Amino acid sequence: MTAETAEILSFEEAMEKFDPVLGFEVHVELNTRTKMFSSAPNAFGDTPNTNVTPVDLGLPGVLPVINRVAVESSIKIGLALNCKIAERCHFARKNYFYPDTPKNFQTSQYDEPIAYDGSIDIELADGTVFTIEIERAHMEEDAGKLTHMGGSTGRIQGAEFSLVDYNRAGVPLVEIVTKPIVGAGERAPELAKAYVAAIREIVKNLGVSDARMERGNVRCDANVSLKPKGQEKFGTRTETKNVNSLRAVEHAVRYEIQRHAAVLDAGGTITQETRHWHEDTRSTTAGRPKSDADDYRYFPEPDLVPVVTDDAWIEKLRSELPEPPAARRKRLQADWGYSDAEFRDVVNAGVMDSIEETVAAGVKPATARKWWMGEISRRAKVADLEPAELGVTPALIVELQGLIDSGKINDKLSREVLDGVLAGEGTPTEVVAQRGLEVVSDDGALLEAIDGALAAQPDVADKIRGGKLQAVGAIVGGVMKATRGQADAGRVRQLILERLGVEG
Amino acid sequence: MSDLTRLSAAQLAEKLTSREISAVETVQAHLDRIGEVDPAINAFLHVNTDEALRVASEVDKERSLGDAMHPLAGVPIAVKDLIVTKGQPTTAGSKILEGWHSPYDATVVRRLRDAKMPILGKTNLDEFAMGSSTEHSAYGPTRNPWDLERIPGGSGGGSAAAVAAFEAPLALGTDTGGSIRQPGAVTGTVGVKPTYGGVSRYGAIAMASSLDQIGPVTRTVLDSAMLHEVIGGHDPHDSTSLTDPVGALVEAARNADVKGMRIGVIKELQGEGYQEGVQARFNEALDLLRQAGADVVEVSCPNFKYALGAYYLIMPSEASSNLAKYDGVRFGLRVVPDGAPTIERVMGATRAAGFGDEVKRRIILGTYALSAGYYDAYYGSAQKVRTLIQRDFDAAFTQADVLISPTAPTTAFKLGEKLDDPLAMYLNDVATIPANMAGVPGISVPGGLSDGLPVGIQFLAPARQDARLYRAGAALETLLENTWGGPLLAQAPEIAGVK
Repeated sequence: MTAETAEILSFEEAMEKFDPVLGFEVHVELNTRTKMFSSAPNAFGDTPNTNVTPVDLGLPGVLPVINRVAVESSIKIGLALNCKIAERCHFARKNYFYPDTPKNFQTSQYDEPIAYDGSIDIELADGTVFTIEIERAHMEEDAGKLTHMGGSTGRIQGAEFSLVDYNRAGVPLVEIVTKPIVGAGERAPELAKAYVAAIREIVKNLGVSDARMERGNVRCDANVSLKPKGQEKFGTRTETKNVNSLRAVEHAVRYEIQRHAAVLDAGGTITQETRHWHEDTRSTTAGRPKSDADDYRYFPEPDLVPVVTDDAWIEKLRSELPEPPAARRKRLQADWGYSDAEFRDVVNAGVMDSIEETVAAGVKPATARKWWMGEISRRAKVADLEPAELGVTPALIVELQGLIDSGKINDKLSREVLDGVLAGEGTPTEVVAQRGLEVVSDDGALLEAIDGALAAQPDVADKIRGGKLQAVGAIVGGVMKATRGQADAGRVRQLILERLGVEG
Repeated sequence: MSDLTRLSAAQLAEKLTSREISAVETVQAHLDRIGEVDPAINAFLHVNTDEALRVASEVDKERSLGDAMHPLAGVPIAVKDLIVTKGQPTTAGSKILEGWHSPYDATVVRRLRDAKMPILGKTNLDEFAMGSSTEHSAYGPTRNPWDLERIPGGSGGGSAAAVAAFEAPLALGTDTGGSIRQPGAVTGTVGVKPTYGGVSRYGAIAMASSLDQIGPVTRTVLDSAMLHEVIGGHDPHDSTSLTDPVGALVEAARNADVKGMRIGVIKELQGEGYQEGVQARFNEALDLLRQAGADVVEVSCPNFKYALGAYYLIMPSEASSNLAKYDGVRFGLRVVPDGAPTIERVMGATRAAGFGDEVKRRIILGTYALSAGYYDAYYGSAQKVRTLIQRDFDAAFTQADVLISPTAPTTAFKLGEKLDDPLAMYLNDVATIPANMAGVPGISVPGGLSDGLPVGIQFLAPARQDARLYRAGAALETLLENTWGGPLLAQAPEIAGVK
């Protein structure tokens, strides 16, 4: 920890004294083929300054042209967030000098966003639902990327020179801005994470963004302020910039609450400023002072004509929207008859889609859950993969379960069959044949094994004859051992009882 | 002087098409003329000798093979150095772009190349088109061919002087507040500002995006129409470009008749502040038009008196943002101050050294007008004035098919005369600015001489009705040339100092 580290109050104490107010600005990079205002490819990870046209470099004489697909993606995001869509809106210029911004202004929407006045329900882990009001979702362009060289920290301080890559300059962004979120209380950090997770899920589900936070496709600026319990007026806020993982969002909000609480509790005042999040120390440090009077000299972008929408266009886009993730979850849980806890586990394990496909292939929901949450998840964990990445197909599960249901194999054998299939030994049926895993269904062979087991444990046999049916397990165990597990345990039990003349 | 340089573009086109003359000899004649007079005029910042001759020889070859070609193929043209051209420097008249070569062609340049028109070179201008005299060029002033001690107008003084001095039959200009029409007026040439959006701005270095427009600079109205048809029409690279077809402009110029045409004299753009000789030529033009059967009426545009003030808020506001990109990071001049300079200091030093005083003046004005707390009072109010000017035009065009006024209040003034008085300089554009504010098209045609210096007459038409300008302009041109016994430029003195 550095000397910059601030005093913080314990979260519990902070919550006793203050109510947090949150606000989020989430930037979503759209996955359009080309950039917001040029025909340059919108692609990640290419050689620096190759995905650029004269427009992206801001060369003299160039003019922007709006990417229609980006507008449609933005409208879809607006619709998914239950926003109103502007009938007419324009772009503005946000003027500031910075070398990652080729024109020294950013073309962005200012007073006329494409989407506004929306809301989204956020469900926390225990099922509590918070409604978060969306103030606006507006279109803008991303900046280039600076790399500071020659210093030890990679930051601009101490660097000898900086390199700039304009491949990202002009990539379409949608900035989603919430209204102030009040009343989350101690759930604030959890809500922060859930909100960003929900936005990421929505844009991914819409197919408008790759939504990979580690690549900066979804970036969150988290605003935090505190007000003493019972006070209406909001306190001074800080804006923690570029918190780029879900876990970091939760931690950053928690940290800022604790830091604010310590300052306020000691009679100090919060400086309105941006803060930088440091994953290593899980703390924030001061950025630049930010005031509401930041002067970007906004004015309407004269090189672009207004974006005009009409009902037919919006309704066409609305009809193309996929089912919202939350609604889909609700429907699937009801269809499958899972308990809340079961369903939450399924979602958290990331196997909901796989179960849906498996059920669609004809497997009972409970059975599908057993497979995906059990054997498949276990193997995925060992292999350090997502369950869906193991290569288990719904058809495979249908076939495996069919073998069990017909009595050809039992549960224990089915695990071996799965191993064989995943090892590339063929279909489940082929694995059963090749490994000789079929259950012993020949009663003659079973009776021989039963007789052997009864003879080996005459005292147990007597107990069973005496009515102690729970003792049957020991004999079943002996038979299973003798058949190397390849027997149907139910059938074995039935034959034992018949052999001893006991009513099951 | 070669006869070829005295021909209009239309005449050259005819002789080239019939193969009476070759494109190479046409281009060479103009290059020779440039070599002869440009040391005195300084219209050209760059002469594109090799490429122009190469294109001309291609034209001659293709014509000899009987290939169908554009009528203007082989007719040379000069391009204002605010318009980017591959293979030649583009400076915008500024030190900050000295030595810069554009990697792409402006749309209008691409269209010239498609028509196989050899580009003679790049013409001088006030830095970033900011000025009315071409004295604000970082590469020295251009001189008026009628009197080398006088200004050729601005910002497009280079294009107008090149055409007036027979260095080029055609040129391209840009007009933000009069930069095509006012130089046309003071050099005795024709200049057209098309309807906003009628010609693509892609590749025209922006001063004020909502006002800028590229247009023709020529010696005859017909030549302007021919050039306008080449450069006009929709361009997907310019979002503000109109989707309308460019229209039958050449036909309109050939159909030079004002009989029954309602011509509105703008009450507010004459009288006080207009030189006596200018007013006299204007009144004579009105008489001629009446005699030719035009219905000359008076119209009032009461809000035009606010146009200049509003223009000097909107134009610098947009310019302050458009010129932010000149920072030494990606292209052009970079000045690295001593010590361990930060990027802010490099940007500051580059802009301090690279921009001239007039550019700095407008950047400061615009930055101030857009700043928080002043935006509504300045930029916001100016936009409201713009709406009022638009309404004045709407009302006037219910009474008249075209409007008419002097193009500029005075004839060419002397070099240096207004250099230290920006407000006096700005007043030159009082009659041309309203058209830019409303996006309507305008043309300036020669209206005769006052004390031996050219006077311009301006027609204005409703948006998208550029054809009316060519009809009215060509009619007045014919009427006046009949009284002069030939083109006005035939009366221009031989350029002094040229042997």
